[in-house]
Amino acid sequence: MNEQAQISDNAHPRLPRGVRLTHNEAQGGWILLAPERVFKADAISAEILKRCTGEVTMAAIVDDLAKTFNAPRERIHTDVVKLLTSLADKKLLEL
Amino acid sequence: MAIQDTLPNPLGLLAELTHRCPLGCPYCSNPLALDQRAEELDTATWARVFCEAVGLGVLQVHLSGGEPAARRDLIDIVKTARDAGLYTNLITSAVGLKLQTLGDLADAGLDHVQISIQDSEQKSADHIAGYDGASARKRALAAEVVRLGLPLTINMVVHRANISRIEAMVELVLALGASRVEIAHVQYYGWALKNRAALMPTREQVERAVRQVELLRAKHHGRIVIDAVVPDYYARFPKPCVGGWGRRSLNVTPAGKVLPCHAAEVIPGLEFWTVREHSLGEIWRSSPAFSAFRGTDWMQEPCKTCARRDQDFGGCRCQAFLIAGDARAADPVCHLSPHHALVEQLAAAREDMGFSYRHS
Repeated sequence: MNEQAQISDNAHPRLPRGVRLTHNEAQGGWILLAPERVFKADAISAEILKRCTGEVTMAAIVDDLAKTFNAPRERIHTDVVKLLTSLADKKLLEL
Repeated sequence: MAIQDTLPNPLGLLAELTHRCPLGCPYCSNPLALDQRAEELDTATWARVFCEAVGLGVLQVHLSGGEPAARRDLIDIVKTARDAGLYTNLITSAVGLKLQTLGDLADAGLDHVQISIQDSEQKSADHIAGYDGASARKRALAAEVVRLGLPLTINMVVHRANISRIEAMVELVLALGASRVEIAHVQYYGWALKNRAALMPTREQVERAVRQVELLRAKHHGRIVIDAVVPDYYARFPKPCVGGWGRRSLNVTPAGKVLPCHAAEVIPGLEFWTVREHSLGEIWRSSPAFSAFRGTDWMQEPCKTCARRDQDFGGCRCQAFLIAGDARAADPVCHLSPHHALVEQLAAAREDMGFSYRHS
């Protein structure tokens, strides 16, 4: 199974309880806080994560990002699937 | 000041709220001389410490002990930590923490709970904890954590008395509904050092356990996160203790002393500052104990010119002192240490004696 097949466009990704995105000046930007772990989120990841509220589908998130950043939808789709898959594997995201 | 530009920002604060604990685990990392209740910091001081920690860049607070639920103001402490902007992690034995209190803690914004288990077999688990019925209470509290929708980590401490049941323990962790498990081989400090001969597994047991953990990781990938702490007496290289001295974390004792790691008080001659007299920022930047082994200038050979010196930071300073008698020496678990033979002797000095419990 390739990565793209693992997340459906209709999935409603959301950060589970105990996983939070926060901005911290001293640490230089966006941080994803999780049980006993912290991850630095680059600007693109942070934009994706801000949209993982459980209220919208992954397809809608991709559309929104493509529109907001005026970028090719296909590339955005690849980036989003890659990030969400790796987070779901680490139990940092619910689908 | 130039040094402030190059100082790292700490990420984590270990807040030891109290040394009081109903359990007596023989591997407890608390010091042999415990802080007394009358010396404990009050709620307002902890609130101030949390705010100062956030100012330094700290992201997560680990509320620990002892048993943090022994503090009657635990809910207020969690609330103030969350208000300060910290991710709050409660590290509990589950004994003495009422289900109702857990609900109140969740309402106060608690982010995550970590519960320790001692074994998959209840009788053995209670024996190790030195507390009849501890295992049943832990299972009940774990169920309540899951019911409340809080993420749960189970910490299982591994040693000679339970190392053959790692697989069964992971099955138990899955049944409890945890999303993460820490398989932590005993580290020999505090009470664990006192009980070392009774706790130390054999090399064959450790190697088998390491292989088993790899298999379990593959088997349960995506279902549960398995983090494992390698038993360092059998390692080739030392662990990068606390991510480097004075680099990533701070530890505040019940009485308010600030330590670079929880065992640091065993090293003679270090001057620790307390939050009763200084701000956390002052302590991080200027206290003699934090400056003592920060960076690489303090190193001797073989660390000084070692290619791994910025990777493992010479290992653990406390272990260097405890085994080699010199806190500036290479951690003797490193095979390059001139004292490495001592570690092999200590690992071989196993003895089937009873545990020495901290409350007996």
